[in-house]
Amino acid sequence: MSDGLQVAEVVVRYPGAAAPAVAGVDLSVPTGEVVALLGPSGCGKSSLLRAVAGLEPLCGGDVAWDGVSVVDVPVHRRGFGLLFQDGQLFAHRDVAGNVAYGLPTAARRDRAAREARVAELLDLVGLPGTQRRAVGTLSGGERQRVALARALAPRPRLLLLDEPLSALDRALRERLALDLRAVLTATATTALFVTHDQDEAFAVADRVAVMAAGRLLQVAEPAELWGRPASREVARFLGYEAFVLVPDPGAAAPPAVRALVAAVAAAATARVPAGGVLALAAGAFVVVPDAGPGTAAAGVTGTVHALRSRRGRTEVVVDVDGVGRVSALAPAGWTCAPGTRVALHADAAAVAGLPG
Amino acid sequence: MPVTAAAPTVDPTDPHPGPRPGAGPTGDGAPRRRGPRTGWGVRAAWGAAAVLPLVFLAVFFVWPVAEIVGRGFVADGRLDLTGFGDVLTRPRTWRVVGQTLAQAGLGTLGAVLLGVPGAYLLYRCRFPGRGALRAFVTIPFVLPTVVVGVAFRSLLVDGGLLGGLGLDGSFVAIVLALVFFNYAVVVRTVGGLWERLDPRAEQAARALGASPWRVLRTVTLPALGPAIASAASLVFLFCATAFGTVLVLGGRRYGTVETEIWIQTTQFLDLRAAAVLSVVQLVVVVAALALAGRARARTEAAPALGGGAADARPVRLRDPLDAVAVVVTTLTVAGLLALPLVHLVVRSLRTPRGWGLDNYAALTVPQDTLAVSALQAAGTSVRTAVDATVLALVVGGLVALVVSRRPRRTAARRAVAGLDALFMLPLGVSAVTVGFGFLVSMDSPLGLPVDLRTSPVLVAVAQAVVAVPLVVRTVLPVLRAVDPRQREVAATLGAAPGRVLRTVDLAVALRAVGLALGFAFAASLGEFGATSFLARPQDPTLPVVIFRLLGRPGAENYGAALAASVLLAALTAGIVAVCERLRRPGAGGAW
Repeated sequence: MSDGLQVAEVVVRYPGAAAPAVAGVDLSVPTGEVVALLGPSGCGKSSLLRAVAGLEPLCGGDVAWDGVSVVDVPVHRRGFGLLFQDGQLFAHRDVAGNVAYGLPTAARRDRAAREARVAELLDLVGLPGTQRRAVGTLSGGERQRVALARALAPRPRLLLLDEPLSALDRALRERLALDLRAVLTATATTALFVTHDQDEAFAVADRVAVMAAGRLLQVAEPAELWGRPASREVARFLGYEAFVLVPDPGAAAPPAVRALVAAVAAAATARVPAGGVLALAAGAFVVVPDAGPGTAAAGVTGTVHALRSRRGRTEVVVDVDGVGRVSALAPAGWTCAPGTRVALHADAAAVAGLPG
Repeated sequence: MPVTAAAPTVDPTDPHPGPRPGAGPTGDGAPRRRGPRTGWGVRAAWGAAAVLPLVFLAVFFVWPVAEIVGRGFVADGRLDLTGFGDVLTRPRTWRVVGQTLAQAGLGTLGAVLLGVPGAYLLYRCRFPGRGALRAFVTIPFVLPTVVVGVAFRSLLVDGGLLGGLGLDGSFVAIVLALVFFNYAVVVRTVGGLWERLDPRAEQAARALGASPWRVLRTVTLPALGPAIASAASLVFLFCATAFGTVLVLGGRRYGTVETEIWIQTTQFLDLRAAAVLSVVQLVVVVAALALAGRARARTEAAPALGGGAADARPVRLRDPLDAVAVVVTTLTVAGLLALPLVHLVVRSLRTPRGWGLDNYAALTVPQDTLAVSALQAAGTSVRTAVDATVLALVVGGLVALVVSRRPRRTAARRAVAGLDALFMLPLGVSAVTVGFGFLVSMDSPLGLPVDLRTSPVLVAVAQAVVAVPLVVRTVLPVLRAVDPRQREVAATLGAAPGRVLRTVDLAVALRAVGLALGFAFAASLGEFGATSFLARPQDPTLPVVIFRLLGRPGAENYGAALAASVLLAALTAGIVAVCERLRRPGAGGAW
C-alpha cells in the first residue's frame, strides 16, 4: 500500500514549545481520495499540513509519496499544492496572473496555451471571464475560487487545503463546500483538507481523520465516524452532547435510559454493548406535544431549561433525569415556559454506541 | 475500537528503513530536525547579499571612523586615554554637549507638538488641496541643510524681513530651523499610522460617553504612542547630529558636537579632541537608536489597524479638535515652513541695484576666488548624487532584503537584527568624522596602491554611506509587510527560490523604490558634512560652493549664495517630486 501520500510517525515541534504540535501521526491518502483532517483549533492539524508541504521541518517520522520519501525534496519540487485560509493571492497580479503563476514554464511562456488553461480553470471554479480583474475587487468567496484555480493549475499530485472556507460566512461556506467537492472529484485531485467544522469535513471528504492534541484519534468514512465514534473525545468533538452508561439487563435504571436502550435495540442502528456507552446528539429526545400527565407511555419526562430556534425548528434544552442536559427537538412553532415538565420520546437516529 | 490508522508504519519499499533519525526521544537535548536542505546556490546567494554590504560598510565606514577615533587614543604607538580626561574637563566640551542636548530636546519637542496636529489634519481629515499640502510639508525634510541655514539666516539678519527680532545667530533660530527641518518626519510617521488606525475604538469610546478630548487622551494618543516615540527618537537623532544648518546659523556662540568636531579638526587641528567628541556623539546616537528601534518594533506589531484612506472625514471647524489642528497647522505651514522659503526666493531676486535676476546670472560665472561657477558645481552635484544613489540603492536594497528575512534559527535571527542595527549607525555617526576618516584612510585602501583621495568617486561613496540607512528604512517596512505565506504559496506552486524572490519580494519592493530613490538622491545632493572634506577644490559640489560664498564678504557673494540656494532647493524638491510619482499609492516607508 504505497500509493499516494503516506505520513508515518510524523513529529513537529516548535522551538520553545513544551509539547510537540504533532506527536507521531500515521495517515495515508491514496491517489484520488479526499481526506479531511478535523480537529479543534490548536490541535496540530495545520502544523501537520505544513509539514507535509515541506514548510515545517520534521522532528521525526517520514512523509512519502508512492513509497518514496519526500522529506529532502524542497517545497517547490514536491508537486504538493497548498490553499491557505485567506487565499494569499498576489495583490500585484490580476486574476489571470495569479492563476497562471504555477503553470509549468513552457505553458507559461506560450501565450495561447496559458490563456487556454487559465480560461479552463476559471470555468472550472465558476468564474469565467474574470481574467483581467484586480484581485482587490473580488469578494471573499471569489478570492477562494481564484486561489483554488491557481492551486490546481500546476496539476499538483496532492492538494493541501488549510481551512479554505473558514473565513467565509456560513451560507457561502456551505455552498462552496459542495462546489469544492465537485471540483476535486472532477479533476480527480488527491487532497488533504484541514477544517474544524465537522459538517464541512463530511461534505467534502471521502474519509475524515479526527485529530486532538497532536494525535489522530480516528480515521473513518463520514457515516461510520458519525455512527461509531471511537471514543467519548471523538464523539464530543462531533457534537454528541451527553453520554449514558448502558445498564446491565434487569438492573434498575431511570426511565429515560431504558427508553433509549429500547429505541436503539429496536432500530438496530448502533451496537448496545452491555457496560458500553450511548452518545446522544441533539435530537436524541423529541418533545411529545400536548401530552397530558401520564400519557407518555414510558414516562420519560424532562424539565425545560431554555428554548432556542435553529433554522425555524424549535430546539429545547431539557434536563432529563438520569441523562443530564440535552437538546431535544420540538415541532416548528411549539413553545412553552422554562421550568415546564414535558414528555419526551427517544429517537435512535441521533444515538451512537461507544465501547465502554 | 483501535484508532484506524490506515498506513502501515513499516513499508517494504521504505527508502529509509530502520530507526529514523530524530524519531523518538534523543535524550541529548534538542531533537534533530529534518527537512529539505536549502540548496548550495541559494545559500551562497544569501551569503553574498549579506557580505557585500558588510564589506562596503567595513571599508567605507568602520575603517575610516576607527582610523580617526584611533588617532585620538593612540599616541606613539601606545594606547593613551588621557585625551578623555583632558577633553572632558574642558568647560567648552560640556557647553557644546549641553547645547546639543538642549537644541535636540527642544527641536524634538517642537516638532512633535506641531507635527501631531499636522498628522491629524493631513492624514485623518479630507479637504481640498490636501495632496498638495502633504507634498509641500515634505519639502523641508529633503532640503539640503545648508539651504535651510541660508533661508533662516536671510530671514533673521539685519535687513531681513524679521531682522528686527534680533534672532540672528541665536539659540531660538537654531531650534526653529531644526523644527522646520523635522516637522515632516513627525507628520509622515504619525500620520501613516493614524491613517490606518481602526476608527471603531474611538467610536466605541464616544459611545461610552467620553468627550472628544478624553477620547484623544485615553484612546487615540496611546494607540499612536509607538509612532510618536519612534518619530521623536528619529528627530532627536537628526537634531543631535545636525551640521550644515547649525554651522550656518550658530555662528561662534552655538554649536553641536558635530560642528565642534569640525571646528576642532579644521580650525584647531586637535584630532584628539575630535576623536573624544566622536565617541561622545556615538554614545548619544546609539542610545537614541536603541530607543527608536524599540519604538519601531512596537509600531510594526501594532494591532487594530483597519480601514483606510476612505475613513478620512471632512474637516469640521466647529469641532474643537479640528479647529485646534487647523489653527496650529496653518500657523506652522505659513509661518514656519513657507515664510523662510518664500523669503529666500524673494530675497534672491534683490540686488544692490534693485530687483532683478543679477544673482542668478552670477551663477554662470565663477565667483570671487572659486574655480568654478555655481552651475558647474550643480552639474558636479547631480553627477555625484547619481553615482551615490545607485550605490546606496544596491547596498541598501541588499541590506533590506537580508534583514526582512525571519530565519528559523535563533543565531541567524540575531545576526539579522544585528545587521539591521549596524546599518542605522551611519545615520548618527558624524558625517564629518566619516569625511575626515576618508582623507586619512583612503590613500591606499585595503593596502591597494590606488590613492582614492584624488578620485571624484570618493565623494559619491561618502554620500552613499549617508544615504544607505534612508534606503533601508524606506524599503524594509514594505518588505516586512509581505506575508511569509505569500512566499510559501509561491513555493508550493512550483516557484524556485529565485523566482519567489523576483515575483514576490522584488515585485512588492519596487513600489517603495521610487521613494527610496528620492530620499537617497536628496540626501546625496545636500550632503555637506563629509563632502566639505572630500570635494576637490577644482570641482566642489553646490552645497560647498554656497558655504564658501557665505563666508566671503560682499553683497554680490551673498546674493549669489541665495540664488544658488534656491537653485539647489529647486533641484532637490523637483527630483524628489518626480521620484514620489514613481511610487504607487499605499506603499511607502517609515517616513
